Amino acid sequence: MAEKRFDVTHVPGAALIAGVTFLALYVPVLILVVNAFNGGDMAGQWEGASLRWFAAALDNTAFRNAALNSLIVAVSAATVATGLATMAALAVSRGRPVKGQGGIFIILNQPLLVPEIVFAIALMIVLARLKQVTGYQGLGYVIAAHTTFCIPFAFLPIRARLAGMDLTLETASMDLYASRFYTFRRVTLPLLLPGILAGFMLAFVISLDNVVVSSFVKSPGQETLPTYLMSELRRNLTSEIYAISALLLFASISIVAASWVVTRTKE
Amino acid sequence: MPHDAPASENALIREETRRRWSLALPALTVITLLSIVPLAVMVAYSFMQAGQYAGVEPGFSLDGWQAVFFERDFFDDSLIPATAHLTILGRSIALALATTALTFVFGIPTAWFIATRPPSSRGFWMFLITVPFWTNLLVRTIAIQEVIRADGTLNRVLLATGIIDEPLQMMFTNGAVLVGMAYVYLPLMVLPVYAAIEKFDFRLSEAAYDLYASRLYCLRRVVLPLMWPGIVAGSILVFIPALGAYVTPRLMGGGRAMMWGNLIDLQFGQGRNWPLGAALSITLTLVVLGALIWYARRTAKKDHANG
Repeated sequence: MAEKRFDVTHVPGAALIAGVTFLALYVPVLILVVNAFNGGDMAGQWEGASLRWFAAALDNTAFRNAALNSLIVAVSAATVATGLATMAALAVSRGRPVKGQGGIFIILNQPLLVPEIVFAIALMIVLARLKQVTGYQGLGYVIAAHTTFCIPFAFLPIRARLAGMDLTLETASMDLYASRFYTFRRVTLPLLLPGILAGFMLAFVISLDNVVVSSFVKSPGQETLPTYLMSELRRNLTSEIYAISALLLFASISIVAASWVVTRTKE
Repeated sequence: MPHDAPASENALIREETRRRWSLALPALTVITLLSIVPLAVMVAYSFMQAGQYAGVEPGFSLDGWQAVFFERDFFDDSLIPATAHLTILGRSIALALATTALTFVFGIPTAWFIATRPPSSRGFWMFLITVPFWTNLLVRTIAIQEVIRADGTLNRVLLATGIIDEPLQMMFTNGAVLVGMAYVYLPLMVLPVYAAIEKFDFRLSEAAYDLYASRLYCLRRVVLPLMWPGIVAGSILVFIPALGAYVTPRLMGGGRAMMWGNLIDLQFGQGRNWPLGAALSITLTLVVLGALIWYARRTAKKDHANG
């Protein structure tokens, strides 16, 4: 056998540690998914594959309400946050910087600069007072809270897309006497759409996953999927918890895979 | 054309500034009302008196801030260090640093491995790193909890193979919190380090070896300096959420291995000392902001130095 060429990229042990890392990342999640398909009564005691715990979860009204709430919150918060973030990105990403642009940036990213638990409790204090004053106890508070921390996440890909777009097409459109609005609708928006879509998906996943802010801001009796899971955990680990976890896992992975495909095909 | 005249050009700039600010205004309003104002309320609460049952009572007081560091002695009312709080704050900093170190040990070789694959397969490996990052943090914590709990997978395997006779009690310890946090925050270390190594020009290493540099010397003097910005970014990305972590220490550490975030929650809940909770919140925010500002200034200086 010929002597192996000296490879500068080779570091002894790197592949081994990388292998351990990938196993460590995925084996616990696989164990969790396998446990969700366990047909036995006792969590963790394998008695053959079955979908019974998925059926039990879907049959559970509390789970269904929590899932519906999660969906309402994620869709509303991601939609509003993406709209507001798109406008803000258009304001700061085009042409020469205007006065106070740095300030706009800092405020837009402010929710990311504060630890989540601090953001959640500060909001809880203010909203508790608002709940007393208005008497309204609905999901609106959770939606508003999620919208707030979703804005900087939605802003990120939209601004990145805008930064890579050149102004020539818009200038051409305006030179041909198209109005500002017509130019936006027929030129800017179609070009920006992949960024907006990516921003929406990011905001949606971030909202769907949130547990800390939801659990402090929600009114008594309201649950989103993660807060429901958290309250169930206080009792004991059951196969139903594994089934619900697995469902959440599938939801996140399908969204990430979908956005992966969308961004791949657009390029 | 009207915009040849400087006076109307100024008017145009003013108009443009006004138009852009009004575009950003809705987002800025939402964030101001729902994030900045509540934070300001938190600052105000930290300087008020604790209510008898919960909440605050009007009136300036430094009791909340004092309670972060000191407590009244039960017998002679003198000020003594608030050992219980300080232990938790110290544990939070130590565990956040240990988490950063552990993700470093596993994350850097992993990033290196991915960045040195053929370009066509790098996307696949990075996809494997980003999937856990986008899946629910609570679900991932449940997954790692299932592995190390008393009747969990690891204990069952060890018992079945006869390595141990009794299940290891690993839950609700500092070690459990550390393992949990390293597990959930690992992707945050890999992502920026990978980005740094991927840009690295390996001809530089070749040049070093041609000039008779040893492996270690090449790593230390050629590779590491170019990887360093990625390593610093990864460390900041892991350290900050780990320091303020709430869900993972609560599930893995319970009441026995509490962290800063759980202590804040406790003061607003059972502890019923809102000014103390507020002061602890502001302190945590300031530490996080301090780390971010240090990082931002460091990167700005580096960019400036590199032209």
